[in-house]
Amino acid sequence: MLRLERRKAPSTQMLWLTPILAVVLTMLFGGILFALLGKDPVAAIQMIFIEPFTDSYSQRQLLIKGGPLILIAIGLSLGFRAGVWNIGAEGQFIMGAIGGGAVGLALYGTPGIWVLPLMATAGALCGFAWAMIPAFLKVKFNANEILVSLMLVYVAENFLRAMVTGALKSPDGRGFPESRSLADYASAEMPMLIKAAGLNVGGLVALGAVVAAYALLARHRLGYQIKLTGQAPRAARFSGVKPGFIVAATLGISGALAGMAGLFELVGPAGKLTTNFPLGYGFTAIIVAFLGRLHPVGILLAGILMAATYVGGETVQFQLQVPAAAIRVFQGMLLFFLLAVDVLVAYRIVRKKEAV
Amino acid sequence: MEPLLRIRGLSKAYPGVQANDSVSFDIGSGEIHALLGENGAGKSTLVKMIYGLVRPDTGTMELLGAPYAPPKPGEARRSGVAMVFQHFSLFEALNVAENIALGMEDAPDRRALASKIREVSKAYGLPLDPDRLIGDLSVGERQRVEIIRCLLQNPKLLIMDEPTSVLTPQEVGILFTTLRKLKSEGVSILYISHKLEEIKALCDHATILRLGKVVATCTPANETARSMAEMMIGAELAMPSARDYQPGEVALELSHLSLPSLDPFGTNLRDVSLSLRKGEVMGVGGVAGNGQDEFLLALSGERAVPAEMIKLKGAAIGNVPPEKRRAMGLLTAPEERLGHAAAPDMSLVDNAVLTGQTRRNLAKNGWLNMRKAASFADEIIARFDVRTPGNHVPARALSGGNLQKYVIGREVLQSPDVLVVNQPTWGVDAAAAAAIRQALRDLAAAGAAVLVVSQDLDELMEMSDTFAVLAEGRLSKPQPAEGLSIEEIGLMMGGTHGMEAPNASA
Repeated sequence: MLRLERRKAPSTQMLWLTPILAVVLTMLFGGILFALLGKDPVAAIQMIFIEPFTDSYSQRQLLIKGGPLILIAIGLSLGFRAGVWNIGAEGQFIMGAIGGGAVGLALYGTPGIWVLPLMATAGALCGFAWAMIPAFLKVKFNANEILVSLMLVYVAENFLRAMVTGALKSPDGRGFPESRSLADYASAEMPMLIKAAGLNVGGLVALGAVVAAYALLARHRLGYQIKLTGQAPRAARFSGVKPGFIVAATLGISGALAGMAGLFELVGPAGKLTTNFPLGYGFTAIIVAFLGRLHPVGILLAGILMAATYVGGETVQFQLQVPAAAIRVFQGMLLFFLLAVDVLVAYRIVRKKEAV
Repeated sequence: MEPLLRIRGLSKAYPGVQANDSVSFDIGSGEIHALLGENGAGKSTLVKMIYGLVRPDTGTMELLGAPYAPPKPGEARRSGVAMVFQHFSLFEALNVAENIALGMEDAPDRRALASKIREVSKAYGLPLDPDRLIGDLSVGERQRVEIIRCLLQNPKLLIMDEPTSVLTPQEVGILFTTLRKLKSEGVSILYISHKLEEIKALCDHATILRLGKVVATCTPANETARSMAEMMIGAELAMPSARDYQPGEVALELSHLSLPSLDPFGTNLRDVSLSLRKGEVMGVGGVAGNGQDEFLLALSGERAVPAEMIKLKGAAIGNVPPEKRRAMGLLTAPEERLGHAAAPDMSLVDNAVLTGQTRRNLAKNGWLNMRKAASFADEIIARFDVRTPGNHVPARALSGGNLQKYVIGREVLQSPDVLVVNQPTWGVDAAAAAAIRQALRDLAAAGAAVLVVSQDLDELMEMSDTFAVLAEGRLSKPQPAEGLSIEEIGLMMGGTHGMEAPNASA
């Protein structure tokens, strides 16, 4: 008989082994899923987990796709560490793209190297402002930030729909619900820094966020207060931390980063605002944050792994004709298994002794 | 004569610690047997084995000559062993009879149970109304509920874990009368306590545990408290040295401090006034739950009150937040170590930052100087003899006494002008308690004003220059501690609270 026994202290080793275990379990059960769909499981798993790292085109895509995931997840992880649950990064992502995009569309054709930084700032501000709604309601009325931030995702989606059919609709788009293409506006184009690695400005900002978050959590007073609030709220109050400030700060930071990620997605891969603009990065980033153990370096690795499932997922969809939903199931499985094996951090499996 | 319970060679090991190491002793029929030991000596594990909560690794027990190895508490209760825990498991929103019924295997109907409760409570001098809500009862009355729950099972052996830690002196007197009556009826009592004077007064025999082993047995009546303490800690007891009390100017002044409790069963703080001088140790006695929590929250700054209610060295600070109060010289140490005074999963270094940021200059422009924090942590560890493998271990890995030394040390070493501590030695072993008391007195001798809130009267009598009692949210007028008798204090503490007979009208 096997049973679980509580460890004296959480295992650090398991803390880092469990994400790997979760990936292995996902491969196993994902393989079964593909087999049930009548596809070759070995080929599918290889396309998702191996090819993105070996094929040079896919390699470039890893950072391009991983950048926004990492940027959003870094912001979310700060909140999650403090026990502030921003589930609405997708909404902040969309609002950032709309706000930053509107700036770019208003300046359309005006040259200047200041255009992109201005758009990025506007995107961050819009994401920040969108996240301030749940923050305000939480601090003032103790409204549940999980529900409010999640509901605001749907508001943002509808706002996007209104914008691409209204104020931001392309004047020469022959009535299609989409904005002008920012890809045709040189000053708003995202510069590619290292082409071979797929490192663009968005990727660089994401890497910068990783470093900044690491320093914040390891050395800064705000990072300390965030950790303290999450681990021991009463001790935090005793120390002098204002709980409302932590709620506003973590929601604000995650909103700003998500908004900036939205803008980078717009000026990078997407090119223009359409109703299909939201790809669910804001939700996937939640998985990335937890898969990376809410640790900046972990999030960097998890973001790249998750990007691989996107890149590989596209290959699988195309080559094996599996539905797009199967890939989302696959990603969901990853979080599910992570949560399931998480028990091993605090518990260990022992063989039950026979009753004496 | 055949003993009631014979314990032979009981051992129990947990990962990394031998909690009990072949413990053997006997409990006779109709005797009150004391189990003495410091925190971590293995008392709880031993008692849990007797009550069937933990199974021993090796060793045997015999109850009235028959093998006794209860696999679970229900089995122990059926064999006639009952236990009153230190922490009660009662539902505050239910009444006395409902709570007792919940703990019974086959509860009789409500009416019969209520009359049975009245009967037993009357017979043993423990007045209790079965219809009252637990939330309305004092701690002493709640304990009666637990005792009566046990007595309804007609136990042969009653285990009591630190029963007097929450009682006023009068309530202790009532409890002792009850226990002696039970003894005269042939019930044996296994009595666990730190309080040596009580054991001298009450118990027939004592078994003393240290580090999981039986180190001595004695007849308490023939010993002194000091000799028993020395058997318990295995070393001479360091008593704080006497100190001249030379009060200086007023450091902390409270005027009409009032604060409603946020807890529905808490006590509102009402109109508390005092002035505390430099060099003075003021003891605030009283049973927990009489406004102590609210008192501490108001002083630490976790809850704001109108500015004028609290004055520090003349400055009105009632609405000043915690970190700024520290900067001004007012430091506090809350009662609950894990989760309030310290973050359980954070390292001792991180916990040094918790209150030390400002006064110890651990932060510059928002960036923490972790090297400085580590050396502050090491200083606390060295100066307060905190037993730990290093400053990197999480707070929860320390034993209660060691963590308490760390938490008190953290505040003392910041040289406060005013230090407020709540229950500084709660659940701490005798050696650590003596060290903490000495540190607080040294601090006052160096010119700081110290306010000690505690339930332990012996401690307050030993430490305080002036003494007051917090009862039902009001503070009695502080007066010199010298010359106060325990009876006077007892009356200050609760008056006749909870001692009148219940209205037997139902």
